[in-house]
Amino acid sequence: MVAEGVLAARETSWSSAVSLEEHAVLAASELGSLISTLALEGYSVIGPAVRDGAIVYSAIESIQDLPQGWADEQAPGKYRLSPRNDDSFFGYVVGPQSWKKFLHPPEVRLWQAERQDGSFRILNNEATPEKAKAFLGVRACELAAIRIQDRVLLEDRYRDPIYEARRASAFVIAVQCTQAASTCFCSSMGTGPAVSEGADLVLTELQSGSHRFLVRAGTDRGSEVLSKLRTTAATEADLHQAQDGVQAAAATQVRSIDQNGIQELLYQNFEHPRWENLAARCLSCANCTMVCPTCFCTTVEDTSTVTGNHAERWRRWDSCFTQAFSYIHGGSIRNSSKSRYRQWITHKLAAWKDQFGSSGCVGCGRCITWCPVGIDITEEVRALRNGGDHGDS
Amino acid sequence: MATAVKADAMVTQPYLIRDVSKETYDTFTLKLEPDKGSNHTQFQPGQFSMLWVFGVGELPISISGDPDEEERLVYTVRSVGQATNALVTRSVGEAIGVRGPFGTGWPLEAARGHDVIVVAGGIGLAPLRPVIYEVLNHRKDYGRLVILYGARSPRDLLYRKELASWARQKETQVLTSVDYGGMSWRGHVGVVTSLFKYARLKPSRSVAMVCGPEIMMRFVTRELETYGLSRSDIFLSMERNMKCAVGFCGHCQYGPHFICKEGPVFRFEQLRPLLEKYEL
Amino acid sequence: METLERIIAEHPFLADLDPGFTSLMVGCAKNVRFNRGDYLFREGDPADQFYLIREGKVAVEIFAPQRTPIIVSTLGEGEILGWSWLLPPYQWKLNARALEYLRAIALDGKCLRNKCEQNHDLGYEVLKRFARIIEQRLEATRMQLLDVYAVR
Repeated sequence: MVAEGVLAARETSWSSAVSLEEHAVLAASELGSLISTLALEGYSVIGPAVRDGAIVYSAIESIQDLPQGWADEQAPGKYRLSPRNDDSFFGYVVGPQSWKKFLHPPEVRLWQAERQDGSFRILNNEATPEKAKAFLGVRACELAAIRIQDRVLLEDRYRDPIYEARRASAFVIAVQCTQAASTCFCSSMGTGPAVSEGADLVLTELQSGSHRFLVRAGTDRGSEVLSKLRTTAATEADLHQAQDGVQAAAATQVRSIDQNGIQELLYQNFEHPRWENLAARCLSCANCTMVCPTCFCTTVEDTSTVTGNHAERWRRWDSCFTQAFSYIHGGSIRNSSKSRYRQWITHKLAAWKDQFGSSGCVGCGRCITWCPVGIDITEEVRALRNGGDHGDS
Repeated sequence: MATAVKADAMVTQPYLIRDVSKETYDTFTLKLEPDKGSNHTQFQPGQFSMLWVFGVGELPISISGDPDEEERLVYTVRSVGQATNALVTRSVGEAIGVRGPFGTGWPLEAARGHDVIVVAGGIGLAPLRPVIYEVLNHRKDYGRLVILYGARSPRDLLYRKELASWARQKETQVLTSVDYGGMSWRGHVGVVTSLFKYARLKPSRSVAMVCGPEIMMRFVTRELETYGLSRSDIFLSMERNMKCAVGFCGHCQYGPHFICKEGPVFRFEQLRPLLEKYEL
Repeated sequence: METLERIIAEHPFLADLDPGFTSLMVGCAKNVRFNRGDYLFREGDPADQFYLIREGKVAVEIFAPQRTPIIVSTLGEGEILGWSWLLPPYQWKLNARALEYLRAIALDGKCLRNKCEQNHDLGYEVLKRFARIIEQRLEATRMQLLDVYAVR
């Protein structure tokens, strides 16, 4: 179910959590049996796959579907797949999508109503019961993002039953990163690259020597699945190799957001020349909010049939970058794109802490990669901090 | 952490319209009762509901009725657009959807034993009417009640008969002011704050509850402070775009606050740094 | 005269005024009464007085052809009415009509102007107090101009 103590979990450093007995080794050739075991357990397995030149999350039936031998090159406004010189299954970092699309779907029907005897009745108000999903290849930053959405959608005054049903049934197989993209900054956000808690199984892909996975179970449910796989005992060398890989992924990160006084920084710079500078570049396209694994905003749409006897209410992802987002009768509150970017970044990095006790950013870098003009959130924070209104400082 | 599990808060419930009455040329009061199968919920003065018109859409509307009246929800709606117009043109007997009540209301518990000053502008009197009912229903629990009400012109005044009857209650003072008065208008003309000098109460032991257009509230809070009220004794009801009313949709964020959950009523002290920020 | 002096000294508009100045002003003051409906002044009339309102309510109104007069402000006890006496051409720009029985102190504009010319300390005090009133009314007028209760 839902992880308690969402934020405390992050405090545990990976190295201190490592103990040999908890770990096992799964040969790369056995990865397929993990997929088939999950399928036998009744899960529909979702994992990474190459589609339209990107790595996306979709239904996986066998290891053939995985992006074996592919790497992703990422930079502000740039994403390319390139072949690797090895046969890694998880040799990429993160694609445009996150698990948000499965847990907090882009569109979902909340209910439908039908006219009846001068009144109306609600036909169904239950989240569509879907087959439980197993998420294969969840990164540390993505796991952190799921915990952040748990806090928003399950642990506040109200619970979202749609998210709750999907979240409770999801089986999470995390895969630790052993490399970073140029856009990654999870280290500075304290969300990765090591996976601490919250996953049913945690894998680390190892290439040196033989192609294999170091694996540990994070839950009883995970142990049960693990017990059905053919594994061998882990050695100190396996552990070290995994640890070195994860440390390399942390060490090679070139971006960061200094968390020191970040709330004051944003709150006190509500008026700052940098916002105008940003507005001159930002297209208000909302890509950053769509790819962000924590952005949760939605709108609702009411539809009815031509006869007017049947009505439906749909919930869809929305973005604070649209003008309509802040509309109240008479006009929008945030008309300028300057005010909308400011809202997004201030909410994400500062207000989120007041609202939900953590930053809303996990450092996955998607908003940097998928911004068509390459706006870099880390750079914008640095510019605000340095008081400058120019691009690089 | 989760204080309550309310999984069905996103699903509307059918209510039947029992009465529609015209308050002004563009404002109507609807009285609703739960249809069979719907559950009636008590509300706190200052809370709002999401009202849904079949096939049209949903709107946040403050509850304007008497909190002691059982089994009935009352809303005063000003027709300003498609959805509000659809609401006010419903007929008696028709069904509309109700979700809620939602949000945090006026600080009536804290106001017990104090003088209460209600400052309303335009349609802003509607969310404050339950406060007036509450004080008058439990007259001994409160000190003086001063109602200061500003509107655009005499024909825009809501609840005119009730204003007159409230003015006749013990320890109660009702003052209205309009921005533009005609020849026949005998009341005050000028901004609502020009009424403060006529209010008979002790500012230092009063609680102010303010609702109206945001510009008016900025002006009023400034003047209330000058008048001698402390920032922590002034409360405002805020409005922002709202889609879900349960803190999921993100639309109603106002700085670090969610108006749907923490508000719509806030202590002025909390909002003071935000009210003067343009495009926040 | 002693009574008039006390009344003037107690009016909020002249609160904490130096007693010497109050005595100077009393020389220009007289008690006035109006019945409901009486005009205190009309647009275009010479502005030779202003009023310290003691009791009752007065409407400040403006009219345009084809329209009934519009009340733009009402003033009551403790407030002051009129500043056109301060500056040339000393002419009223609005109508003032008693909405109810009204008692006030009328101060002779020409008399007070002369005293202010002779005693600039008094003049500065009077102007400061009028500037405050004008500022408050301007701010109120801005709020009315914004038409905050209108549907946009």
